[in-house]
Amino acid sequence: MTETFYEVLRRQGITRRSFLKFCSLTATSLGLSAAAMPKIAQALETKPRTPVLWLHGLECTCCSESFIRSAHPLTRDVVLSMLSLDYDDTLMAAAGHQAEAIIEMVKEKYRGNYLVAVEGNPPLNNDGMFCIQGGRPFVEKLKETCADAKAIIAWGSCASYGCVQAARPNPTRATPIDKVITGKPIINVPGCPPIAEVMTGVVTYMLTFDRIPELDRQKRPKMFYGQRIHDKCYRRGHFDAGQFVEAWDDESAKKGFCLYKMGCKGPSTYNACSSMRWNGGVSWPVQSGHGCLGCSEDGFWDRGSFYDHVTGIHQFGIEADADTIGGAVAIGTGAAIAAHAAVTVLSRIRSGRQVQETAAETAP
Amino acid sequence: MLSQHDIQEAEQSGHQVYSVYVFEAPLRAWHWVNALLMVILAVSGYLIGKPLPTLTGEAADHYMMGYVRFVHFIAAYLFAAGLVARLYWAFVGNRHARQIFLLPFADKTWWREVLFELRWYLFLESTPKKYLGHNPMALLMMFFFFTVLAFGMTLTGFGLYVEFTGAGGVGDFLFGWVVPLLGGSQQTHMWHRLGMWFMMSFAVLHVYAAIREEVLSKHSLISTMISGWRMFKD
Repeated sequence: MTETFYEVLRRQGITRRSFLKFCSLTATSLGLSAAAMPKIAQALETKPRTPVLWLHGLECTCCSESFIRSAHPLTRDVVLSMLSLDYDDTLMAAAGHQAEAIIEMVKEKYRGNYLVAVEGNPPLNNDGMFCIQGGRPFVEKLKETCADAKAIIAWGSCASYGCVQAARPNPTRATPIDKVITGKPIINVPGCPPIAEVMTGVVTYMLTFDRIPELDRQKRPKMFYGQRIHDKCYRRGHFDAGQFVEAWDDESAKKGFCLYKMGCKGPSTYNACSSMRWNGGVSWPVQSGHGCLGCSEDGFWDRGSFYDHVTGIHQFGIEADADTIGGAVAIGTGAAIAAHAAVTVLSRIRSGRQVQETAAETAP
Repeated sequence: MLSQHDIQEAEQSGHQVYSVYVFEAPLRAWHWVNALLMVILAVSGYLIGKPLPTLTGEAADHYMMGYVRFVHFIAAYLFAAGLVARLYWAFVGNRHARQIFLLPFADKTWWREVLFELRWYLFLESTPKKYLGHNPMALLMMFFFFTVLAFGMTLTGFGLYVEFTGAGGVGDFLFGWVVPLLGGSQQTHMWHRLGMWFMMSFAVLHVYAAIREEVLSKHSLISTMISGWRMFKD
């Protein structure tokens, strides 16, 4: 346990003024009151840095790409310093046996006191042979590294839900982290990738308060995943008014109406895009005129078209949605009723005739 | 008072009619209110998923989706309240009030009657049976396509509803588990919508069967749900 965060920052030439600015910015982005700002500063001044081991399983590194672009330059600097990122395949200088030795060293030295951040997920089929690192399956490395961890952060949709490599038919049986690691606190930070400030926000919260943020039922931090895109969307007014884009190049599209009819997944997606936006608040999908794909939702690759907000149903072997199947059932019922009624009427007429005929025969 | 002519006609060709009081007033009221609510819910729900053509002009001048959703939510609250009230009535009402909640699965005669009704609807039986309460085949349909489905629709509906009332509230505590259980918001929407189609199909079938039995069977049906009296016509 060597330097505190503050000492590291000062050593890197960051002024106290900038440091305090960062603290108040963090307090604001975490939705905390003004009173929390001195607490954050106090924590950063006194607490030793927590080592973080950042593992990469089956993934595309988009989470890392997002993370290193955390909007505020200062945030990026601070977080990279704060973290004491001791192991990260894609960012560290060490390689080979040297790199792998770091994991063992951290495990030994900081037993039960380090964080594991996992980007991507382990494939389980064929004993995990679809993802080999340092000559052995990633799933083994993951389990060993997590064994003594304080908590595990599952970065992105891959680690949280499986994402594209777990999409039907999932040939490698790519499996989300919380299905592989049990008995440890796991924080899911879904998104493909998650928003940079959400990632740094989660880390900052954990380091500052020394506890994991409040999570919802799907283990996502409530502060960033508590509401749907739709709930905070700046085009929500057009939704309520009934003003929709009907085609990509129509008048409504130019006016920036609601993209609901174009298959925007905002109403069924939990993320902070509509309030925090992307790339330092520059823009986000809906603002650029395209609907949300729902990338932070479980199994978003298997929910039918990106341009259709009514979910596809695969059980019937063909691409269908609730309306086509339901409509077919309703029409089928109607047709069956019509046929049944026709037969009923016919048999009534026939039996009526029989009654008349027997009546005529028995008549004197 | 009947006229002289009418009395004569009644004496010559009238049937003896027996009547039994089957459905009590609260149950009848619930049935018709419920039918109305189901239509409102289906139409407004359909329009939430597939909205009407876009409106032009300023957003502030319209509140189309707002109204449609408002109607849907109010009707849904009434539907849920009705369902709870109906469940209560199953405890305090007469034995017919319990029928759609408790199927006599263990009763062999009942199953034989289900089979008989199936044959009757397939035109294999020429004379229909008479029942004081629901006919067993209808009851089977009602149980799965109304009772079970109605609770399913209420749960998925409130599950979706509490998504925008926000995490941490009473609604979230009561129904927040539904959406994750079904694999996400979009999946829940899908089941809710599919449920609507099944429920509407059942409603159409129900109306058809009621009219058909009113005409063909030897006892009253639709009027029973209005007056409460089951009339046996021979």
